[in-house]
Amino acid sequence: MEMPVPNPEVLAKKARVIARLQSVLPRDAVIHEETGTRAYECDALTAYKCPPLCAILPSSTEEVAAALKVCREEGVPVVPRGSGTSLAGGALPTADCVILGVARLNDVIETNYDDRYIRVQSGRTNLSVTGAVEHEDFFYAPDPSSQLACAIAGNIAMNSGGAHCLKYGVTTNNLLGVTMVMMDGTVVEVGGAHLDAGGLDLLGVICGSEGQLGVVTEATLRILRKPEGARPVLMGFDSAEVAGACVADIIKAGVIPVAIEYMDRLCIEVTDKFSGAGYPDCDALLIVEVEGSAAEIDEQLGVIMQIARNHNPIELRESKSAEESAKIWKGRKSAFGAVGQINDYMCLDGTIPVSSLPYVLRRIGELSEHYGLQVGNVFHAGDGNMHPLILFDANKPGDLELCEAMGADILKLCVEVGGCLTGEHGVGIEKRDLMHEQFTPEDMEAQMRLKDVMDPAWLLNPAKVFPLATTESRRAVAPAAAA
Amino acid sequence: MLTPANESELAEAVAGADGPLRIVGGGTRAVGAGAAGEVLSTAGLNGIELYEPGALTIVAKAGTPLAEIEAALAVENQCLPFEPMDHRAVLGTEGAPTIGGVVAGNVSGPRRIAAGACRDSLIGVRFVDGAGTVVKNGGRVMKNVTGYDLVKLMAGSYGTLGVLSEVSFKVLPGNAATAAVLIEGLHVAQAIAAMSAALASPFEVTGAAHAPVGVGGDPVTMIRIEGFETSVDYRAGKLVDLLAPFGAAKIERRVAAAGEGTEPVWRWVRDAEMFAGTDEVVWRISVKPSDGVRVAKALGDARLLFDWGGGLVWAGVSPGSDIRSALADIPGHATLIRADADTHARVGTFHPEPAPLAAITRGIREKFDPRGILNPGLMG
Repeated sequence: MEMPVPNPEVLAKKARVIARLQSVLPRDAVIHEETGTRAYECDALTAYKCPPLCAILPSSTEEVAAALKVCREEGVPVVPRGSGTSLAGGALPTADCVILGVARLNDVIETNYDDRYIRVQSGRTNLSVTGAVEHEDFFYAPDPSSQLACAIAGNIAMNSGGAHCLKYGVTTNNLLGVTMVMMDGTVVEVGGAHLDAGGLDLLGVICGSEGQLGVVTEATLRILRKPEGARPVLMGFDSAEVAGACVADIIKAGVIPVAIEYMDRLCIEVTDKFSGAGYPDCDALLIVEVEGSAAEIDEQLGVIMQIARNHNPIELRESKSAEESAKIWKGRKSAFGAVGQINDYMCLDGTIPVSSLPYVLRRIGELSEHYGLQVGNVFHAGDGNMHPLILFDANKPGDLELCEAMGADILKLCVEVGGCLTGEHGVGIEKRDLMHEQFTPEDMEAQMRLKDVMDPAWLLNPAKVFPLATTESRRAVAPAAAA
Repeated sequence: MLTPANESELAEAVAGADGPLRIVGGGTRAVGAGAAGEVLSTAGLNGIELYEPGALTIVAKAGTPLAEIEAALAVENQCLPFEPMDHRAVLGTEGAPTIGGVVAGNVSGPRRIAAGACRDSLIGVRFVDGAGTVVKNGGRVMKNVTGYDLVKLMAGSYGTLGVLSEVSFKVLPGNAATAAVLIEGLHVAQAIAAMSAALASPFEVTGAAHAPVGVGGDPVTMIRIEGFETSVDYRAGKLVDLLAPFGAAKIERRVAAAGEGTEPVWRWVRDAEMFAGTDEVVWRISVKPSDGVRVAKALGDARLLFDWGGGLVWAGVSPGSDIRSALADIPGHATLIRADADTHARVGTFHPEPAPLAAITRGIREKFDPRGILNPGLMG
């Protein structure tokens, strides 16, 4: 993966940059020894590593503003970092960058149950947002698989989703407002506890901008009352086609489950072995979960199971208790970990129209044979967000490159059928060079205008999202403009 | 008047314009002073391009009448989740609302509190920017974080950043049954507390409105539940119990015909019908719900209607008054929906932004419409 050549001028003034950052931040908030910066050399896309110039850990919006002002004046690129769980390389440093970690910004600022929102500092983890309100039976809806570790700042940067967004939406649908620091140190308030912007929807643009427009330090998030209950049903089918048809029929019947999760044979076998979930021996497995009172759940599951029966399932297992529900979910929730235990893998994230599911799975099977690499499929079937896991051997020369080439082919396939490169992980560096597959130069130009306005020197996370060749002229002016 | 028949003609029309353009869909939502300039109509961009009920997605050209889209969805018992308001009553306009106009105004209705605004269901746009360049963003899948989200930016930009040519939505199943839990006689503070209690319950409320003067003349607080019949009955009963401390509630229940759409009493709320044909100046105020009480106090004898659990306040005030100064210390924003041209010009249609945000907004406008020809002056 190509990254820009570090700016020699910046490398040469490392000592000065660090001294200036130390003058505006607490001593222990500036990490510059190699042993310390190594901790920030990569995110969850571990194939690529590069220690940054230094890492800073500010504890307040004011400290973020002061540090960004220094970086802006010195022309130093800044890569914001949440918890470093990005699978797309969103927080991958360059040697000439400052990593701005929000880990120390983890307070709850306000909870308001009457108006149903919580205001938190952005380094707080996703799960601990729910943790702060669950004693009142409330929760924060977006639930990425990494929710134990991932930070709200990263969720906002990538517009993260999760298994339950078919019903509750993704981050952007649950974000009411932010405090954001611009690259020049200006602090802006966007949105608030009220609904919908009065002017242009800047909040909508900030969410999903991969840390390229500003550094979010605080966020107001919508919280919801927990449903009375939830219960899944597990279905096994002997082909992807049948499972796909079943999903479409459920949706057409007017039922919106909170989650419809799909796993193929490889994932079923691996996760079953790993977790002891007791999954059936079949080619396609669906976990469909509904919410409500006991009677409402019975009614919805009744409709769903009747539809499933029409498709001749190999197995149809309705959960009757909390233990059975946990068992059904256990395998799915451990899918990435389970596959990771048997092999190195690359996790893709394209979205396709649900109707193309059988065709895309067949083509992925063909690509798997062509490249000689195994693929497991696990994904959110209700919204078409796929997660093909390509297995490869990181120690075998050339295997990573082969895996990346196959990944690119799968993502091109997603675009070809009317879908997109990434449904919830973000572009980062991983899909940067495929942006041309989905967008014309004019489409990308329109997006980059936002960065031109909000970060005119192109110093915030500059080597991400757009192909390097596309951004080269903009990045080139950065140090000069900042001098 | 320019009436391009397709997207490339639209692009040519914008590129070739030598002065301001006033972008018009159905012409029913002429919010604001009315930008000057040659009329550019999207009427020629008409038709549903793709509808996949099993994937919950619909794609249509921007000039497609809203009624046509709702009719197509009704056949499959599906609907636009955000229940777009019809502005004809309050603005006294005629014509057929278009889907592009809905997007340009980010127009939502009572169900916004449960299902999100128009911008939350919008999953793709194609538009022509002020230079005449065709741009697409998003697409036809409901989970998509590829590149920046210009879809949200276009929703509610009132044609000032580009002229929409095509829009895509995530849709939802329609509802088999609906019920309203009604309590009469509550003061605003009690009503908002009751609505908050309902919205903080697990019973999936899809409408929460309060009219200090209802259709019958008395204050009425209305909570809506939608879904399958037995579930609606169950939740309505639970809400009556939950709201007992606020007063005796009655249930108005209704089994919907497929694709029936919003029932009359919620249409009355959605469309702010109580302001139809009066000579009041009409404001639309967005605050956090509990601040609805402060808004009511600050506005004194204004005629009010509360939606979104109290977070959306419609206010009818006497001509000439600027309510923004009275609301200055309440976070949120106030949009001038209906007034004479002088009032619009004097107080501004849209809420003034703080300086740093205004600078960003101005920068974005200059990039998307460098010649300043798209609905100039409408949003600032």
